[in-house]
Amino acid sequence: MSEANNQDRGNKPERLDRKAVSGEPMVWLSGMGLAIGLLLIIGLLGVIVWHGVPYFWPKRVVEVTVTPDTQLPGVEAKTFNGELRMQRLKADGVTAESQFYLGNRDIYGFSFKFLNDSSIEKMSYPQGLISIEREEYGGAIGYPVKLVLGNGSEIPAESDGFDGQLEELIDEVSQRRKDIKKLAKHKIGKVNDRLAELKFEEIEARKEYAEGSALLDSELGGIEEERAKLEATYLKLEKELNELYEEQEKDSLVYRLASGQETEMTLGKAIDFHYPNRLSFLERCLLFLSKLWVYLSEDPREANTEGGVFPAIFGTFVMTLLMSILVTPLGVIAAIYLREYARQGLLVRSVRISVNNLAGVPSIVFGVFGLGFFIYIVGDGIDNLFFKTKAEEGVATFKTGGMLWASLTLALMTIPVVVVATEEALAAVPRGMREASLACGGSKWQTIQRIVLPAALPGIITGLVLAMARGAGEVAPLMLVGVVESANELPVTGTFPFIHMDQKFMHLGFQIYDLGFQSPDSEAARPIAFATALLLIVLVVVLNLAAIIIRQRLRRKYISSTF
Amino acid sequence: MSNVSTEQEVIHDSDGNPVKTSDRKICIEVEDYDFFYGESQALIKNNISVPEKQVTALIGPSGCGKSTLLRNFNRMNDLIDGISHNGDIKIYGRSVYDPNQEVISLRKRVGMVFQKSNPFPKSIYENVIYSLRIQGVKDRCVLDETVERSLKGAALWDEVKDRLKESALGLSGGQMQRLCIARAIANEPEIILMDEPCSALDPIATAKIEELITQLKKDYTMVIVTHNMQQASRCSDITAFLYLGEIVEVADTDILFNNPGQKQTEDYISGRFG
Repeated sequence: MSEANNQDRGNKPERLDRKAVSGEPMVWLSGMGLAIGLLLIIGLLGVIVWHGVPYFWPKRVVEVTVTPDTQLPGVEAKTFNGELRMQRLKADGVTAESQFYLGNRDIYGFSFKFLNDSSIEKMSYPQGLISIEREEYGGAIGYPVKLVLGNGSEIPAESDGFDGQLEELIDEVSQRRKDIKKLAKHKIGKVNDRLAELKFEEIEARKEYAEGSALLDSELGGIEEERAKLEATYLKLEKELNELYEEQEKDSLVYRLASGQETEMTLGKAIDFHYPNRLSFLERCLLFLSKLWVYLSEDPREANTEGGVFPAIFGTFVMTLLMSILVTPLGVIAAIYLREYARQGLLVRSVRISVNNLAGVPSIVFGVFGLGFFIYIVGDGIDNLFFKTKAEEGVATFKTGGMLWASLTLALMTIPVVVVATEEALAAVPRGMREASLACGGSKWQTIQRIVLPAALPGIITGLVLAMARGAGEVAPLMLVGVVESANELPVTGTFPFIHMDQKFMHLGFQIYDLGFQSPDSEAARPIAFATALLLIVLVVVLNLAAIIIRQRLRRKYISSTF
Repeated sequence: MSNVSTEQEVIHDSDGNPVKTSDRKICIEVEDYDFFYGESQALIKNNISVPEKQVTALIGPSGCGKSTLLRNFNRMNDLIDGISHNGDIKIYGRSVYDPNQEVISLRKRVGMVFQKSNPFPKSIYENVIYSLRIQGVKDRCVLDETVERSLKGAALWDEVKDRLKESALGLSGGQMQRLCIARAIANEPEIILMDEPCSALDPIATAKIEELITQLKKDYTMVIVTHNMQQASRCSDITAFLYLGEIVEVADTDILFNNPGQKQTEDYISGRFG
């Protein structure tokens, strides 16, 4: 090669041409493009994981003593306990500051505190500190002093049985809490629902039968009877509930802050506890996993800043599934007509272009359409037809946001994706296969049904995957058609009709928006927002993977030989 | 040019007299047929009588209209927009364009095998009985019987009888074409059309298919389009030479190849053009 170089010294243009022709720069360029794309994706995921995962990792609790001249409004003492959450430089670029999570919001009035690093005189990690997760006011961080039981006896923190006894009591309290929830939500809730229904039945009866007639009297009599029975049941259940509440209050824990101040909390409010500075690495991992599990399976507390996001996961999953079920037949049938049956002329071409352009419409416009058409017009019609009494009393069933309208709106939004992908898949089916079917005496529809559609299935599923990915992540239209930040019930329950299409639901994307912009305590909300974003990505990946695996299986069946 | 013709089977009519080819009953009658793709005319005043249970070959240079004429017999050209025709094609006296006859039922009587074999991405079994499935036949016995009969008729049974449920796409080229032939005869059509059936096959597979054609003509009327003149002279009983959309000459195969009437035919056969 060097000889060629020497010979070609006077022939420079030829050497350049060879390189350009071989396309080497293009290879590098395209490789670089791919690398940049990958880096962006990895970077984005990395940021989300970096900020989200630490939320679950159990941290040690530090005891901070500040310099004598530092003021700590709210805390008052010069020593306090807290988790070290964040370290960064202030806006001036020079001063370093640290963020501590203090807990004990019932005492201090706030949970987070920023401190200049220069103000910190001493930091230590005392073994005796306990961290208790509570139903309200965040966690409690302090030194346990003693347990005060309902029967009057006290168990000091130093005694051997303290930890065991505390654990036992908290298990008892958690179980009772579940019972309370079942009682309040399900049993009493059902009674209340039935009472509300009775009210409407009464109104209907009064409308249907004339005043003073025997029919009216018998109807009303029946209603009154049931009402009396329900109210008796309600009183009984309420008494049971109050007893349970009382039980929850009977034991309490006395603990001491770093400043020496002692305070007492009822164990009924406690959810879990651990000694953060005594944990081994293995124990930390287990605690991490258990916190992760709680996050995935429990309901949210404290304005979505604590607890879990299970209802949002469930709502997102059900909505995406419903949307897919609605969009696939609609999109596939439209594509079949466009590609196979419609006479290819100017009209068909305009329709195709319009459908493609629909993909570029901002999603909020779909939300407005959903609100204006589905809710105000169609929902109104349904309410007046099927739920007349309620509608007249001002209670909207379908004339308001709900699972049905949300799924339908998103299905509309993702139709273009499915139509385009299906059309491409149909066009890609080899002509020979169609001709063979027709030559065997098949009709056009039979050819489509038996030969073309099955062969196009992998492409159709690709369209479905894209539609699901797009639909699962959209938030703006959902805000108008049925998503709320906090819903009482899951959209799928054990009572008929099992899938409650008229019910509002929670959604992961909306949770992130809510946490980021509307949360009262934005500091507390930030790590959860990232964790929820990570969860949403994982959910979409799982849905996509399922579809891709199905497509893979189908592809293997339909690979046509190239002979 | 040596003419290696296959043994012409001598058919006897009801009185026991041998029937010459030209005395056979006419299956397809093409009468003054013009065919247009939009503005351009592809077939010009074609007239040909295809006798039943014989092999008729259509030969001619590329673009002369052989495939077009063939595809008109089962109206496969209906798939193309903007076509029109004059004249008529009759099968056993009934026009293929008869408004009372559906295209679908026509195609059940006239089967077709294509140049590039096109089995469906299904099992061998399902491929063969496709025509029965679309007619709604569900009886397992009937289906099994049809599969065996068709595959035997296509000389493929012994090779695939143990793997009927495997994908048809796993067969070799020659086997796939024979599978397509089996699929075509599963319906027991009256006529089988073959559009250059061997052009994509190796010589051994070609020989097998040619042997098959000779056997199949006992039961079916065959019309074959071929580029290969030796094949036409080997397999067919009647040959038609087309040139630029016109049928130049139609005659018994040995007469056409040994003693062509038209100069154009002679030029083509001897390879002076085409």
